Amino acid sequence: MKVFIMPPNSLILFDLVERFGHEPLSAMKAIAERVTDLEIDSPPINVTSEDVKKGLKYAGIEVPSGIRGRLALWGPLIDEAEAAIIMEDAPYYFGCVGCHRTNEMVKYLLRKKGIPILEIPYPTNEEEAKFMVTKIKEFLEGLK
Amino acid sequence: MIKIAQLSCGTEYSGVQAEIEKAASIVGAKMVAPDVDLKDIDAAVEEFGFSPSSPQLKMMIARAVQLAHKRYDADAVFIASCFRCAEGALVRNEIRRYVQNHTRLPVVTYSFTERTKSGQLLTRMEALVTIVTRKDLLARERQVGLTAGIDSGSTTTKAMVIRDNEVIGKYWLPTAEVVPSAEEALENALAEAGVKLSEVEAIGVTGYGRFIVGKKLKAKLVQEELTVNSKGAVWLADRQKGEATIIDIGGMDNKAITVRDGIPDNFTMGGICAGASGRFLEIVAKRLKVDITELGKLADAGDYRKINMNSYCSIFGIQDLVTSLAEGNSIEDVASAACHSVAEQIYEQQLQEIDIRQPVIQVGGTSLISGMVTAMKDILGQDPIVPKNSQYIGAAGAALLASGFLEG
Repeated sequence: MKVFIMPPNSLILFDLVERFGHEPLSAMKAIAERVTDLEIDSPPINVTSEDVKKGLKYAGIEVPSGIRGRLALWGPLIDEAEAAIIMEDAPYYFGCVGCHRTNEMVKYLLRKKGIPILEIPYPTNEEEAKFMVTKIKEFLEGLK
Repeated sequence: MIKIAQLSCGTEYSGVQAEIEKAASIVGAKMVAPDVDLKDIDAAVEEFGFSPSSPQLKMMIARAVQLAHKRYDADAVFIASCFRCAEGALVRNEIRRYVQNHTRLPVVTYSFTERTKSGQLLTRMEALVTIVTRKDLLARERQVGLTAGIDSGSTTTKAMVIRDNEVIGKYWLPTAEVVPSAEEALENALAEAGVKLSEVEAIGVTGYGRFIVGKKLKAKLVQEELTVNSKGAVWLADRQKGEATIIDIGGMDNKAITVRDGIPDNFTMGGICAGASGRFLEIVAKRLKVDITELGKLADAGDYRKINMNSYCSIFGIQDLVTSLAEGNSIEDVASAACHSVAEQIYEQQLQEIDIRQPVIQVGGTSLISGMVTAMKDILGQDPIVPKNSQYIGAAGAALLASGFLEG
């Protein structure tokens, strides 16, 4: 199944989803397609003003361009998602998209879809880390 | 290469990062991001005292702290966040204050949309580079020799001839074709001064048409209007030392600039809508069937409180004008409301992006409209200084700075 991960650039969540036989829907997927497209020239991640307009599908014109640009990347992945893992209160180095408002909107769009979602807090010690991996494993296995 | 530190949130996701870098590159600068260790972000946010929810805004703060502690070397600072982001706007403004309190780096703030293009950023970037590279020139307080300055503006073209720090000739006309307008303004200013072009030792040019006019007249100085106008304003107002705020409301845009010893250290530029410029007052004058030169006196005789006018959009502003006339209001009250509306916009848009320093010097073509000065006074709660020849700031500044090329 296609599993959206939140934060969408978390390498650990990406790896876990892949290990348990699912397809992670991540920022790496959305951005890789762009940065390898020689036709687009809007570094560093090749989001163009046209993309920002596409973000209007997910948020209105009064919403700041940075949010619409992010949603232009994650939105189509959310549309594709069949399940999702949301990590709450993750520190920057675990993964982050930079904008709190976008985070809230992404979580809302996922919940609104009615797909299976695992919402789990970021672990603060080894015990919690083991618990987190176990929960993710159970969730992903349950999707099969 | 001039290094402009970029403290921003959302530029890469708005498709404008390349535009920012392009604008910097055109003026010989490079955008740089102060290095921050992820583990230092929380400490920086704590030191700063404002903890936003968005991680990228925290990163902006951490980068500002790096500059403040001189852990990263930069020549100027560009602070930007998404237009309409409330959290971004709060952080942007507080970072600007923090950087100004802890460093002497020139700062410009900007709120962008996905439509922001390099052209819109060019004058701001050019001004940052000028402040860094031409510090000695900008420190000049006296004009020497015989020089001329031309301000090729969007609405009017102005020329001024100065000899040994005294204005001896000046002229202005509405801008039509850029180069012929500049030539005509200069010719008439020279005629008033009683000197020939061949006697002029140096020409300085500023304004929208500066490049084409500068090339044609072989100008020694071709420089953007933010730094040139600031210099002209403090020179004309005789406020070269100490701090000041310059409010320059021109024909098509407006600028708010803070200076220290005549050198800008923070500035903003507006001009999205004609409603915050002299153009709106021109439209109002035309609709009231009075000459623009009479609008100020009319406004001074009126009471803006009687009319609800909001020229955030000039079209809606004129609709308000038509409605208020239809309701039987006097043209004096309408003129007063129009001036007040423009002043209110300058206050709401530009003056929120800088910290006003005393004294306030009001310049630009609209400073000749007494009602605009009254309106700014009402809004600021203090009398702005309007120097003699206040519409000639660009030409005066260009002539003053051009004289810097005459001394070895």
